Amino acid sequence: MEKSRSIIWGKNRFYGVALALLALVLVPFFLSDFLVVFATEMLIMVLFALSFNLLFGYTGLLSFGHAAYFSIGAYGTGLFLSRVSPSLLLAFLIGIVFSFIVAFLIGYFCVRLDEIYFAMLTLAFGMMVHAILWKWDSLTGGADGLVGIPRPKFSILLATIEFSSIPGYYYLTLVVVGICVFILWRVSRSPFGLVLKSIRENHERVEFLGIAMRRYRLGAFVISGTFCGVAGALFAPFERSIAPDISFWTKSAEPVFMSLLGGTKVFFGPAVGASLFMYLREIISGYTELWMIYLGAILIAFVIFLPGGILGFISDKLNAGRRGT
Amino acid sequence: MEPILQTQNLTKSFGHLMAVNRVSLDFKEGELTSIIGPNGAGKTTLFNLISGKTKASAGKIRFKGDDITKLAPYEIVRKGIGRIFQITNLFPELTVYENVRVPVLARKRETSRLLSLDRSLRDVNEETSRILGLIGLSEKSDITCNALSHGDQRLVETGVALALEPVLLLLDEPTGGMGPEETDEMVKFVRGLNENRNITIILVEHDMRVVFSISDRIIVMHSGGVIADGKPDEIQADERVKEAYLGR
Ligand SMILES: Nc1ncnc2c1ncn2[C@@H]1O[C@H](COP(=O)(O)OP(=O)(O)O)[C@@H](O)[C@H]1O
Ligand SMILES: [Mg+2]
Repeated sequence: MEKSRSIIWGKNRFYGVALALLALVLVPFFLSDFLVVFATEMLIMVLFALSFNLLFGYTGLLSFGHAAYFSIGAYGTGLFLSRVSPSLLLAFLIGIVFSFIVAFLIGYFCVRLDEIYFAMLTLAFGMMVHAILWKWDSLTGGADGLVGIPRPKFSILLATIEFSSIPGYYYLTLVVVGICVFILWRVSRSPFGLVLKSIRENHERVEFLGIAMRRYRLGAFVISGTFCGVAGALFAPFERSIAPDISFWTKSAEPVFMSLLGGTKVFFGPAVGASLFMYLREIISGYTELWMIYLGAILIAFVIFLPGGILGFISDKLNAGRRGT
Repeated sequence: MEPILQTQNLTKSFGHLMAVNRVSLDFKEGELTSIIGPNGAGKTTLFNLISGKTKASAGKIRFKGDDITKLAPYEIVRKGIGRIFQITNLFPELTVYENVRVPVLARKRETSRLLSLDRSLRDVNEETSRILGLIGLSEKSDITCNALSHGDQRLVETGVALALEPVLLLLDEPTGGMGPEETDEMVKFVRGLNENRNITIILVEHDMRVVFSISDRIIVMHSGGVIADGKPDEIQADERVKEAYLGR
């Protein structure tokens, strides 16, 4: 009995993912340009939130500085595109490699600390990155940032694809985010992912099982930061202009909100949270400049009444239902 | 025969307090040794030193001849020293299966696999299931540990000890909080590890009935030092021990 149910459950999940993918592929056919642009940004934020949550929900480390890796990915890609060469592939690689290096350097120090000390150190490093992007005028354009980032053709081997159109960039984003999310999902289901969850549960005990706990924390930190860098790399040619505000600490708070909204202990929770967050912000900011107050109130309500987030709540209900029958 | 574990003038001070004070002990391979002594005698601290949880203020620890005094806990575990904690110390929101699986993965050095699906590692799956069978928790493998009874949680702890396949196992009050039946089960389990698997065991235990029935050797600690060391009947006859501890 138990087994047959889990097969049905697995099948349902497969159809769910297939359906979601189909819907995502069809977006540009049915929605206006404005909404396709919105959907592109949503995908980027979904990747940002999911990679953040590998560290937060899985490893139990709350970073308040993840905007740093997002913006390093964005600035690396944007700078390369506007100053060096209009090759999208190379520009992405540069942005991603830079965020990898910075995540490694910052993570190396941060994973030595726990809980609030970890959070404070990530915040401090995040503010340093912000200060550098803001003050290093000659490289980063200072407070004005980078303007007019080109969105060039994308060539692999002999094929050249046009990504300057709105649907073109949407599909590029969909493919890159899709691959990254798949990798993150596999990581979350791997032996490594199980070790991360045990670190979240009891990091001291992990050492006494013969596991070099800090190395795993650092691994999670670097993977998380690098994929945030991918999100940032996608963001630069998408926005076409970036400013240091994408590295400000309020930007680091966004994936925290998104994860809590959607649920930190379910893999796709932060994706749901990111989508809802962006939707709510779009709606509320259309009515009032004070959207932060309303969004904050909604978040408070969620944390109090739905502590596991939306998907956490749903999966609890489903599990209870399965056990009950 | 060379001792498997050796402490040389091992010392740990907390400020002025000498929690462990120049302790020199040899442990023979295959022996089951109990350490007894009143609260605050330094037994847990001695275990913390051996397992690398706290660093020694002075002195040395050798395991199979290697100096392990300065190694990190995970390195000490990899050398073959396992530990079961005084306070149950599991991964509360992970299932019984996962709690046993992590040490199996660790011993097989499979924990750094990033992209392979966890459930696809067949020998790890089999080993995990086998251990769950041994501790009698196969039926409860999908339950999270925070939903288990205290006794079942201790069983998971023992499953973890099995999964690590240690050469030397440190057990800090394994029967703490157990009723008489559970205590008997635990004694049987510990004796089995020692006799059937030839695991060297050092046990901290306050239940004297257990200590005197199970041990090859008993060490008595008091105020950070060793005040007696010998076979159970020698300890029973020791005047100083009676005075300091048993006589109460
Ligand atoms: N981390 C610590 N900091 C300060 N004092 C400690 C610490 N750990 C243990 N002690 C002290 O060291 C002494 C020995 O403690 P412990 O090893 O736990 O004794 P036992 O396990 O034999 O009851 C006690 O006086 C205890 O208060
Ligand atoms: Mg103790």
